Amino acid sequence: MDLALTTYLIVGATFVLYIGIAIWAKAGSTGEFYVAGKGINPIANGMATAADWMSAASFISMAGLIAFLGYDASVYLMGWTGGYVLLALLLAPYLRKFGKFTVPEFIGDRFYSKPARVIAVVALIVASLTYVIGQMKGIGVAFSRFMETSYEVGLFTGMAIVFFYAVIGGMKGITYTQIAQYCVMIFAYTIPAIFISLAITGNPLPQLGLGGTVADGQSLLNTLDNILVDLGFSQYTIMKGTTMNMFFLTMSLMIGTAGLPHVIVRFFTVPRVRDARLSAGWALVFIAILYTTAPAVGAMSFYNLINTVQTGEVGAEEGNLAYENVPGWFSRWEETGLLGYEDKNDDGRIQYYNDDNAEFESTAQSYGWDGNELTVDRDIMVMANPEIAGLPNWVIALTVAGGLAAALSTAAGLLMAISSAISHDMIKGIINPRISEKGELLSARVAMGVAILVAGYLGLNPPGFAAQVVALAFGLAASSLFPVLMLGIFSRRMNSAGAIAGMLSGLSFTLIYVFVFKGWFFIPGTNMLPDTPENWLLGIGPQSIGAVGAIINAVVATLVSRATAPPPKEIQDLVESIRVPRAA
Amino acid sequence: MASGKEQAAMAYWKENVRLLITLLIIWFAVSFGLGILLAPLLNNIVIAGYPLGFWFAQQGAIYAFIVIIFVYVFRMNTLDRKYDVEEQ
Repeated sequence: MDLALTTYLIVGATFVLYIGIAIWAKAGSTGEFYVAGKGINPIANGMATAADWMSAASFISMAGLIAFLGYDASVYLMGWTGGYVLLALLLAPYLRKFGKFTVPEFIGDRFYSKPARVIAVVALIVASLTYVIGQMKGIGVAFSRFMETSYEVGLFTGMAIVFFYAVIGGMKGITYTQIAQYCVMIFAYTIPAIFISLAITGNPLPQLGLGGTVADGQSLLNTLDNILVDLGFSQYTIMKGTTMNMFFLTMSLMIGTAGLPHVIVRFFTVPRVRDARLSAGWALVFIAILYTTAPAVGAMSFYNLINTVQTGEVGAEEGNLAYENVPGWFSRWEETGLLGYEDKNDDGRIQYYNDDNAEFESTAQSYGWDGNELTVDRDIMVMANPEIAGLPNWVIALTVAGGLAAALSTAAGLLMAISSAISHDMIKGIINPRISEKGELLSARVAMGVAILVAGYLGLNPPGFAAQVVALAFGLAASSLFPVLMLGIFSRRMNSAGAIAGMLSGLSFTLIYVFVFKGWFFIPGTNMLPDTPENWLLGIGPQSIGAVGAIINAVVATLVSRATAPPPKEIQDLVESIRVPRAA
Repeated sequence: MASGKEQAAMAYWKENVRLLITLLIIWFAVSFGLGILLAPLLNNIVIAGYPLGFWFAQQGAIYAFIVIIFVYVFRMNTLDRKYDVEEQ
């Protein structure tokens, strides 16, 4: 069967599955709509959390990042998993004990303050909306590339699917759909990974294969190190950036992960406090299956790519692949524009090397090379993997379905967080507290619909700064929400003045620092300092500043709360009660 | 009676915080310590084809995180029973 038809069938089948689940899991009350009736099994919730969390970026882009950054990409691996330790130990059980619907609701109640709740809503919406743009783009791109439709058709199909199962099913529908999406995603990721690991190292477990040996008897990592140095790049396994920036970027991603509201709210959906703890553990297990596979996928597909073009010894006349001999997958990916070849020295061969390395330049010239001729989009590392490994069409189709599942599940989780913040925190909490349950349920559905339309519009007309804003979403979550949530639980003395001052100072510090280097509101040309390491404060880049913002938030909050009156007795009792699983 | 209950709640919280601090020190040590700060040094040791610092950064830290959370779950369940605050 031809690839396009197979892809249509497999992707179509997954869509039917998602919609069927939505109809089965229709939400009948606000409790079901916001937190799935608090009845989700902890293992199932762990799986849904994993799907919710692993976005198009995790599925499609991460292995490519690892391939091209090597050791330095560890920040993403550790940052995006280590946050779950913070979440499990410092937030999840206590927020579950609090036992309501949304993150801003906790902030509003704990700090007995409507302004605090509004600030939390704004931080939540900004962080979630910017994050969702990337998912919508992922849906459009994955669709158009493989279903041979336009980007718009892909985007609209994705929107319609999310609209259907999120608006009808609410959190309950989203949760069960995410479980299905997790299964699609993990099969799609691990099957090609097992085959590529088997082909290169003879070990079916990619986690072990990454340390395995390749055909010439050398270890894979050692071979990669040597090839890269021969081509003028840095070694694969050593640090290329600065320790300081790596430290703070990892920290920012960890705190940001623990502060992202669409992830936190997943721990409101389990029956008991101890289920919330357990569920965080399962979420990390399910995430780790993909995250420990990704380094192998990155290194092995990169090794494959280099080996394909570098057929002989480096520098030898016949060392590079002649363009006329490129394999089929090479030409297919060339058509998409994600793989590019330009014969700069007119020798009909493909030269791939680091032409930014001045020291290597003389070597390159002595070989008769005239600049790097191969450009590779990092994102093809996962998507082209099955083709490179020569796997059957249904596996390639499954990879498409997996990429779409990753984007759809995260988009749905983010849209859920946005719509509940609008209907529950703004409409019921602030504008019309007397709204009936039925009215609130309707407004939640309308808010969901509007959120999807806004996200779709931004997907069609992505602001130029979309890519930068994704990193900012983590910085915002890290510097605004996480510290006050944590202090609200661990410091009885923390009061509303402290929380508000903390959130505003953390948020504004992070925003200003980013704008100084990236331009005010990301408008090109308005940056006050060039975005280079020499100008960064202590060598900490704008992507890594969220951790500093979080520290500022915590320090300001603590100082201000000490200087002002302690919170009322009933709030101190509330803090006492969320610390204990069973009500006394 | 009430004060006895309060004391028990305080003791429960104290034990909880002590457990958290211990686990967070391990969390920090495996990721920031072995995976970043000491990685260049550890990379001189190669085990099963992996330079050790690289292994901690791309595999080991993630496995450690999982163990940390499950140890936490197990210890907290024990603590809940000890202080008779577990849910039904």
